[in-house]
Amino acid sequence: MTTTTPTVASSSTASRWERFRDSYLLYSFKRDLIAQLSLAVFIVMVACAVLAPWLAPMNPYDLAQIDILASELPPFWVDGSDPAYVMGTDAQGRDLLSTILYGLRVSLIIGFGAVAMQATLGVCFGLLAGYLGGRVDAFLMRLADIQLSFSTLMVAIVVGALFKAIFGGATFSAYAVPLLVLIIGLAEWPQYARTVRASVLAEKGKEYVDAARVMGLRSRRIMFRHILPNTLSPIFVISTVQVANAIISEAALSFLGLGMPETQPSLGSLIKSGFDYIQSGSWWITLIPGLVLVVLVLVINLLGDWLRDVLNPRLYKG
Amino acid sequence: MTTASLSTAGSSKGSSAAASTASMDSGAAVPEAAEPLLSIRGLEKRFSLSGDFLEQLKFKGGKLVREQKHVHAINGVDLDIQRGEALCVVGESGCGKSTVARTVMGLIHPSAGEIRYDGERIDDRSTKELLPFRRRMQMIFQNPYASLNPRMTIQQTLEEPIRLHHPDWSPAQVKDKVAEVMNAVGIASDWGGRYGHEFSGGQRQRIAIARALAVDPEFIVADEPISALDVSIQAQVLNLLMEAQQQRNLTYLFITHDLAVVEHFGTRVAVMYLGRVCEVAPTATLFATPRHPYTQALMSAIPRLEDDRPQHIRLEGEVPTPVKLPSGCVFHGRCPHANARCRDEVPALIATDEGGQVACHGVEEGRI
Repeated sequence: MTTTTPTVASSSTASRWERFRDSYLLYSFKRDLIAQLSLAVFIVMVACAVLAPWLAPMNPYDLAQIDILASELPPFWVDGSDPAYVMGTDAQGRDLLSTILYGLRVSLIIGFGAVAMQATLGVCFGLLAGYLGGRVDAFLMRLADIQLSFSTLMVAIVVGALFKAIFGGATFSAYAVPLLVLIIGLAEWPQYARTVRASVLAEKGKEYVDAARVMGLRSRRIMFRHILPNTLSPIFVISTVQVANAIISEAALSFLGLGMPETQPSLGSLIKSGFDYIQSGSWWITLIPGLVLVVLVLVINLLGDWLRDVLNPRLYKG
Repeated sequence: MTTASLSTAGSSKGSSAAASTASMDSGAAVPEAAEPLLSIRGLEKRFSLSGDFLEQLKFKGGKLVREQKHVHAINGVDLDIQRGEALCVVGESGCGKSTVARTVMGLIHPSAGEIRYDGERIDDRSTKELLPFRRRMQMIFQNPYASLNPRMTIQQTLEEPIRLHHPDWSPAQVKDKVAEVMNAVGIASDWGGRYGHEFSGGQRQRIAIARALAVDPEFIVADEPISALDVSIQAQVLNLLMEAQQQRNLTYLFITHDLAVVEHFGTRVAVMYLGRVCEVAPTATLFATPRHPYTQALMSAIPRLEDDRPQHIRLEGEVPTPVKLPSGCVFHGRCPHANARCRDEVPALIATDEGGQVACHGVEEGRI
């Protein structure tokens, strides 16, 4: 019989924070300068977006604050700029810095919202397909194949154009954010479903799942309480990439005129509205939001790369 | 383990085994006074090898035919488990021991045959209908490194079955029960906040046993519970299982391939070969006078210190593939006593004078 020594027990019963502090995740983060920089930039951008109403010099949604006479003013380092508009103004006289901050907010909301939607759908379908197997699996995976054979943009263009045609532009503008979340979410769920299914197939064969079944637990509880927590690492990894993808998709749609309306611009629709004036010399309206978009997507992707390397046990456990 | 406990167990073996043969002879339909806790009749399980419908279609001789291949993991297993006994199932890898265990627990649906628990049929029930039985029968798994959910603390792991089967219990009652089973298996109850990976293999297996004991079952299926452990830990866990049997009046279906464990642990032994039971007998009888040729070969293969039996039985050939079962007795291809009848006719289990059962035409005819 083993005799249990209480001293061992008390010293090694680690709290969540202590476990995190000793974890490989934090260790590798401390040694990875790119990951640190990316996270810092990302946090600053998210903070700016969240705090936009307080940070921005003006509210671009408020027509009363817009001065049409101050339109197309260049940023501060170019001759003819107005010190009141640091990044210049766009064609409607909106302060570009404020518009970018608000646009960043819209882009991030759509990015995270779409990913939440994809993840919910994909995780549920992936769990069902992997755990139940058989016909459910075949049906859901063929559905995923069909979905993947349409490109996201094509689905989005068709749905967006239909919605605009049926309900009119005004309704479209009012519901643009939830609609874009829905479209991008519906178009990309198979990414999650496939990843989750693969992990579920690996976990399903392990004995703790059999133990849960022998216990008499219902399938739903086994799937969500037992299997899902063990498939979280790949979900985290693809989530970062998918957020970047969703933001890009939204920008592309907005650029095509099927995304956010000009009255509540996202980064994509800002780029689009500036594009018309690039020939007349007002390059900043397109270029500055474009740079912000590139930096945002870049840091998210860099973070995703780092996370993938850390959470892939084959890379460090041998 | 003391010899005293073994000898007392040995004396009770004879009576329970006699009772089981009596119930066997009278047929499964008429329940005897000593009704078995678990009774398996004609259990079969085939696993398909041929994939889905489209993959089964083959083009042969100008015709499209549907071809299906199966692994016959178990084919026609009859077993009775009496209350309070430890029935050990032995056999080589791939003979269907684990499949029997998993089918009994409802993890696999049998292809044919029936399983009765306490007189009630359980093999055709849904998960929900099985729930009352889940509380009475539990399972211990082979690999303690995989049988605990890595994302759950020990406390959560142990509380889950109790909460499920006793939804009316208060949190304090649940905690008390968890502490009780943890102490019973020799794990300090204040270690509940730790995760499975923080324990050694032996400790994890104790926790897995605690999880099985948490719902106070009367019947435990143990699928090679010690074969993944260090030899030094095996004895501890085995003793723990025996202690639990005495204290809680448990019945075991114990799957193993270790004959030394069987001799130490089992009340009766069932020997399996290629998905069939070839001999069932009380442990002492089986080890002293094995009747089936396969059992004889198996017993002669046990290495012993006082090796006064140099006549080691060497079996010719290999175990046939379970995809294409041999006709007649599954063992006839390797049996030194096989004749024409063995090749054609499948032997049924018949009672022997020693209180066991054996499926062999040679024994029936008195040739062996």
